[in-house]
Amino acid sequence: MTLAPETTDLKVQLRLSGDWLTVCDLDALLPGRGVAALLPDGRQAALFRDRNGTLYALDNRDPFTGAAVLSRGLTGTHQGRPFVASPLLKQRFDLATGQCLDDEAVRVTAYEVRVA
Amino acid sequence: MTATPGGTPTIVLVGHGMVGQRFLEALAERGLTATHRVVVLCEEPRPAYDRVQLTSYFSGRTPEELSVTDLRFIEDHGIELHIGDPAVAVDRAARTVTARSGLAVGYDVLVLATGSYPFVPPVPNKDAEGCFVYRTIEDLLAIEEYARTRATTGAVVGGGLLGLEAAGALKGLGLRSHIVEFAPRLMPVQVDEGGGAALLRTIEEMGLTVHTGVGTQEIVTDASGAVTGMKLSDGSELATDMVVFSAGVRPRDQLARDCGLAVGERGGIAVDEQCRTVTDPRVFAIGECALAADGRVYGLVAPGYEQAETAAAALAAEEAAFTGADLSTKLKLLGVDVASFGDAHGTAEGCLDVVYSDSRAGLYKKLVVGRDGTLLGGILVGDAEAYGTLRALTGSVPPVPPEQLVLPAGAGGPAQLGPAALPDDAVVCSCHNVTKGTIRGAVTDHRCTTVPEVKKCTRAGTGCGSCVKVLGQLVTAELEASGVEVDKGLCGCFAQTREELYEIVLALRITSYRELLDRHGREGARGGEGCEVCKPAVASIIASLAPVIGASGYVLDGEQAALQDTNDHFLANLQKNGSYSVVPRIPGGEIAPEKLIVIGEIARDFGLYTKITGGQRIDMFGARVEQLPLIWARLVDAGFESGHAYGKALRTVKSCVGQTWCRYGVQDSVRMAIDLELRYRGLRSPHKLKSAVSGCARECAEAQSKDFGVIATSNGWNLYVGGNGGATPRHADLLAQDLSDAELVRLIDRFLMFYIRTADKLERTSTWLERIPGGLDHVRDVVVHDSLGICAELESLMAAHVAHYRDEWAQTIGDPEKLARFVSFVNAPDTPDPVVAFVPERDQIKPDLPLLSIGTRPARSEEAALEGSAQR
Ligand code: SRM
Ligand SMILES: Cc1cc2nc3c(=O)[nH]c(=O)nc-3n(C[C@H](O)[C@H](O)[C@H](O)COP(=O)(O)OP(=O)(O)OC[C@H]3O[C@@H](n4cnc5c(N)ncnc54)[C@H](O)[C@@H]3O)c2cc1C
Ligand code: SF4
Ligand code: FES
Repeated sequence: MTLAPETTDLKVQLRLSGDWLTVCDLDALLPGRGVAALLPDGRQAALFRDRNGTLYALDNRDPFTGAAVLSRGLTGTHQGRPFVASPLLKQRFDLATGQCLDDEAVRVTAYEVRVA
Repeated sequence: MTATPGGTPTIVLVGHGMVGQRFLEALAERGLTATHRVVVLCEEPRPAYDRVQLTSYFSGRTPEELSVTDLRFIEDHGIELHIGDPAVAVDRAARTVTARSGLAVGYDVLVLATGSYPFVPPVPNKDAEGCFVYRTIEDLLAIEEYARTRATTGAVVGGGLLGLEAAGALKGLGLRSHIVEFAPRLMPVQVDEGGGAALLRTIEEMGLTVHTGVGTQEIVTDASGAVTGMKLSDGSELATDMVVFSAGVRPRDQLARDCGLAVGERGGIAVDEQCRTVTDPRVFAIGECALAADGRVYGLVAPGYEQAETAAAALAAEEAAFTGADLSTKLKLLGVDVASFGDAHGTAEGCLDVVYSDSRAGLYKKLVVGRDGTLLGGILVGDAEAYGTLRALTGSVPPVPPEQLVLPAGAGGPAQLGPAALPDDAVVCSCHNVTKGTIRGAVTDHRCTTVPEVKKCTRAGTGCGSCVKVLGQLVTAELEASGVEVDKGLCGCFAQTREELYEIVLALRITSYRELLDRHGREGARGGEGCEVCKPAVASIIASLAPVIGASGYVLDGEQAALQDTNDHFLANLQKNGSYSVVPRIPGGEIAPEKLIVIGEIARDFGLYTKITGGQRIDMFGARVEQLPLIWARLVDAGFESGHAYGKALRTVKSCVGQTWCRYGVQDSVRMAIDLELRYRGLRSPHKLKSAVSGCARECAEAQSKDFGVIATSNGWNLYVGGNGGATPRHADLLAQDLSDAELVRLIDRFLMFYIRTADKLERTSTWLERIPGGLDHVRDVVVHDSLGICAELESLMAAHVAHYRDEWAQTIGDPEKLARFVSFVNAPDTPDPVVAFVPERDQIKPDLPLLSIGTRPARSEEAALEGSAQR
């Protein structure tokens, strides 16, 4: 795999079992939209940035369809909690916890993210 | 055979028309179908249908859609319905009815609901080939067939309500149409001289020829006996290929006469206030065949329904009486409102008229008022907006002076006489005799919160439909009054409807979603992220208005990119495994071989699954996100542009081959489809928009299932709106007829912009048309008659759209910053998503679906499965 060349100072990093993985420049993240990152073990993460600059990351795989598309969903706020709606069948997931808001039994992995 | 003594008593109904069916429902409501055997003899080849809406057959309603008979109802209540088997004799002594098939049924109670037959004046050759009447679906089928194959001109004898309707239908079939009326004015029964003049002017402007004050003396035929013309009483001769008689109706009382029941001097089976015949207490007569106790034969459906209820009540030993009914009517004749109600001709002692007339605009409004100010009746021609309210106020002293009720907007200001002004006992729906009180009760006691619920609960609004507007106002007023929070807001973020947001964006020229949310959002939503409902809805509003409010017309610019649904964000349609489909625009479905080859080459080179869509174009599936720009670079290079298959925007304008090749075609449907598709391409709207153009009435392009559909006539184009395929199909309604190219385009411009302005989010034109108060009539008033004075604005909005259109794929491939988004992984732009993989099927590919389900298995086996499947 070829990694994107690093251009600006501010980087988005993801915490993977103790280590912080640098994923991309902060300005690759459009407020209100996500991007997907490929993790070293082959899994994928969906990263989001809200309008105030807070970052979130979830597993990219939509548990309802199996497709790796959560990063392409629309984000929003529901009762004060930020969420992303899957672009396929529209189930919503809490961005901070990964909990599905439309099905109690479903949760996706949430990652810690930071700007460094 | 007679009714078994001591056994289940038998009710026999003769005639299964509108009133007959209503009678059956009234029996069932009173439990009489359980205690009685019910036998129905139905003469026509189909069970009861909506005769009132008969003419809508010509604007696309099928006989099935016209039906008012729920066969489940018939079955559930054990009703024996004999279709196509009329009663031929009644033996009152033996209490037996005999049908044409020989079936004999004994009765305890006989109900005659045989309706009317059309009166045909006894002129020579009245039965010649090419002569028709206008009463049944079969009549219409015959007229349609003859008009299509053998006629270019048609004449209607009779300028009354039905005559005008018939003449409109002939015109719609592409014939030059004449109306011959013996009286000195049109609709002599309903309107007075002033109203007739206003009506005449408007009808003549539509291209119909009217001959008043002349009678028909003879039908002229050729050697084969087919109609070629008619001789009129003023000595002139009118050339015509067909004649439709619509000179009034007569009660069908022959069966009753034959068995010795008393009939009136001018026909009609004489009944008392319980609708029992005056001759035989076991026999009832209801509907148009009955001569009511007040000495009148009613030719309208509402009094018939009341009689049906009365007869059923009498059988259930309830107290009920039919003592007479109101003859109010409102109709839309060729797009002109005509209404008359109450004492329309001012026959009451000492009554006064209030008249407003503007013959230039085809307006005539008259109110008849008693000395004490009581509203007694009136006539409205050209604008019958106020009909529902006025009719309900009849008999009371209106809360504002009568002049104010008829003045048009702007001339002294119309009184805002909302439904609040109506007393509780005011009849709002006269078809089903539903009062304002009942409607309020439906909301307060039965917890109905929408017009459809109230319709279902009270039946109001399910007849002629003229009361639906007032119904809507009443429901809203009642909900608000009873403190029910009617949250019409778009979503949890905005308390406004989509329409209100549209107006805010337009008026304040707001180009940013954030600004809209922070300034106009609900308290708790301000400063937040919004949601997946309002973001695309607002994105669509901004896109529709972009050139006017000064926003970028490019949906991926700046903040707009963050608001778009996934499909719009990647300008392609997301598929179940995360790949995308690509649909280039193929206007009108017409494509040159070279372009077809380019599509084939691209699909082959990228290994895409290729399919012809239901929208007359080609879809290529299985593109990875990072392939989209490469594919589009080649498509754009070959002259293709985005087909907006992903957008809530214009999809396709389908065409049939039309006049150029087809032997039946009467206009160039392909050219018109291409013109329309190119004009409206890229137009973002509340939901997707589909269209089609057919070259003749055979309708191979299925235009009547489209949001706006166009069908060629020999004189131009007919425009249909509000059609829909999908899960809840709806035939489109005829908006206007025989339009020139320019008139057609102008009307579509207005229609689309009015829809975009007022529709709810994700509301197709079909549901919009059903929802908005006043429905099709209101839309026609606005876009055809410019009743709101906004047509110039609507046209200029569309002109701005057309002038600023740019292909968004061409824009995107020229913009490196945007192209950078078309990657699977931000940290590995060259690596494809390993979940997107394919397996072969029928010489093409399909998604590797098992791979998707592996996603839920534990991580270890998942990794193993992924290996080697990333590339295809
Ligand atoms: C590709 C196609 C099927 C095909 O293989 O033929 C298709 C495919 C889809 N249709 Fe369709 N429809 C297609 C013709 C139709 C037609 C036929 C027509 O247009 O003449 C209809 C009925 C006509 C109508 O819309 O009134 C049709 C009625 C629907 C509906 C129901 C709409 C409704 O109002 O009830 C949906 C769902 C929706 O939009 O909410 C839908 C939605 C969809 C979606 C977008 C579902 C989705 O969200 O994934 C499918 C996406 C296709 C894709 O990814 O490219 N599609 N769809 C057709 C594309 C036509 C084109 O060239 O653009
Ligand atoms: C084109 C058109 C437009 C109209 N518009 C309006 C309008 O806008 N508003 C309004 O109020 N009214 C309107 N009317 C009138 C309305 O349709 C009638 O008032 C209504 O249909 C009367 O119902 P009915 O059941 O009494 O008669 P019908 O509906 O005529 O039903 C009588 C049935 O009995 C059958 N029959 C007759 N003899 C026998 C027999 N011996 N055995 C078995 N069956 C028999 C007939 O075939 C028929 O099917 C319109 C009528 C037409 C034709
Ligand atoms: S709609 Fe008419 S013109 Fe068009 S293809 Fe069919 S028959 Fe021919
Ligand atoms: S008045 Fe005809 S449906 Fe209500």
